[in-house]
Amino acid sequence: MSASEREVRAAVEAAYREEWGQVVATMIRLTGDWDLAEDCAQEAFTAALTAWPRDGVPRRPGAWLTTTARNRATDHVRRDAAGAVKLRALAALPPDPDDPDPEEIPDERLRLIFTCCHPALPFPARVALTLRTLAGLTTAEIARALLTAETTMGQRLSRAKRKIQEAGIPYRVPPAELLAHRLAAVLAVLYLIFNEGYGEQEQRRALTAEAIRLARVLVALMPAEPEPRGLLALMLLHESRRPTRVRDGVLVTLEQQDRTRWDRALIDEGVRVLDEALAMRHPGPYQVQAAIAACHATAPDAAATDWAQIAGLYATLARLAPSPVVELNRAVAVAMTDGIPAGLALVDAIASSGRLEGYHLLPATRADLLRRHGRPGEARASYEQALALAPSTAERRYLAERLRELAPED
Amino acid sequence: MKYVLLICDDEVDAPTNEQLAADPGHTSWLQELTRRSDVQAMARLRPVVDATTVRVRDGQALVSDGPFAETKDFVGGVVLLECADLDEAIAIAAGHPYARRGCVEIRPVWE
Repeated sequence: MSASEREVRAAVEAAYREEWGQVVATMIRLTGDWDLAEDCAQEAFTAALTAWPRDGVPRRPGAWLTTTARNRATDHVRRDAAGAVKLRALAALPPDPDDPDPEEIPDERLRLIFTCCHPALPFPARVALTLRTLAGLTTAEIARALLTAETTMGQRLSRAKRKIQEAGIPYRVPPAELLAHRLAAVLAVLYLIFNEGYGEQEQRRALTAEAIRLARVLVALMPAEPEPRGLLALMLLHESRRPTRVRDGVLVTLEQQDRTRWDRALIDEGVRVLDEALAMRHPGPYQVQAAIAACHATAPDAAATDWAQIAGLYATLARLAPSPVVELNRAVAVAMTDGIPAGLALVDAIASSGRLEGYHLLPATRADLLRRHGRPGEARASYEQALALAPSTAERRYLAERLRELAPED
Repeated sequence: MKYVLLICDDEVDAPTNEQLAADPGHTSWLQELTRRSDVQAMARLRPVVDATTVRVRDGQALVSDGPFAETKDFVGGVVLLECADLDEAIAIAAGHPYARRGCVEIRPVWE
């Protein structure tokens, strides 16, 4: 392959990352047919692989790809007797691929993301559909990243697309009265994609990058909404610490992480994006979580952490989005501010409510507080409970190390 | 008296509309039905995977995929309606008083 061929191939790959979602979104809008839209988008990228080395990379790759996909769709629809309505919609795009007015091809990705994340779709289907249609991952890649068989993932995607069609889920950005609720559903899907990739397994790492990319798109498409910025900031701040979270297969707690290896550029960007969100003066759960992450990310060392502010932010979060997990995190911040007995009292209250039954971080948190408070016997019992419940190897190793450090009582 | 017949199966090998139309047992039942009774409305529903359930709790409409799962709920009424899309059907469903005390399941008609 020559240097220029390599360049063109790189341009097609870059266009795939940048433009796939937009091409698919426009094609769904024009044809109303999700499978046809994906097929035509795929054909347009395949055509680029032969046309671009021959004719050069077009000035506006996205417009070239959309027009090419549109032409493919026209060919497909012509063969279909019932395609007259679709043909009229397809004809509405500018005909000349070399000189399309970008103003005439509106960005339809917001419709796409809101439809992918519609609450009438099962949650796993929303995640898969977002990764396929918006991020452009293949079914095989999604299956691998989400640890699911490829055939299962294929069925999940086709069932979701069928339900959109058969149940009449509208392809649109929801109207104002539904927007807050539906936006929360979109953000939940993006955050889940991020968290799926935030684990230890190398094969899933791509998901964090995809989630950040999708959050950036959402921020650009909804510049007046603060919560997408809050979520983007939260992801960037978490991502900045990722290389230090596990060492030699053992979980490293925030306190023990090597802060010199935290990614300063990501922290700076996260803090900047968070500040932009907070300036809109409409706080939400993601902004508060990002603010907590920023407190940790900007503390020069663990001892300098502003735990009082973190405790206050968790209290705000508990009001905005009540959950026992938030209460558990608040208990840790309270222990660091008002003393361990105050934190332990909160942890015990959660434990006796039974709301986090079976959640490993409940006994793990209790064990850490007991250990710090010089109660090794009780800490041991709690570490053992946590060890039996912990889902990941790195966490089990961490807990086993703590157990080894604690001398048995007798 | 007016009655509603709720026609049920386990969807394991549900026939297509074409198969139903070709089934002499079904067509003769339809003839018998129209001979003996004045049919007000009749619809075949798409499978449960296409269902959407709406509940209103604390003034919030909660939309979820799938049919109503709580076995203590029983069908208490049916409405056959035409609307633009699922969101409109959800908005109408959320306004019914039963959305607050139980739930309203939305099933697209299989046409």
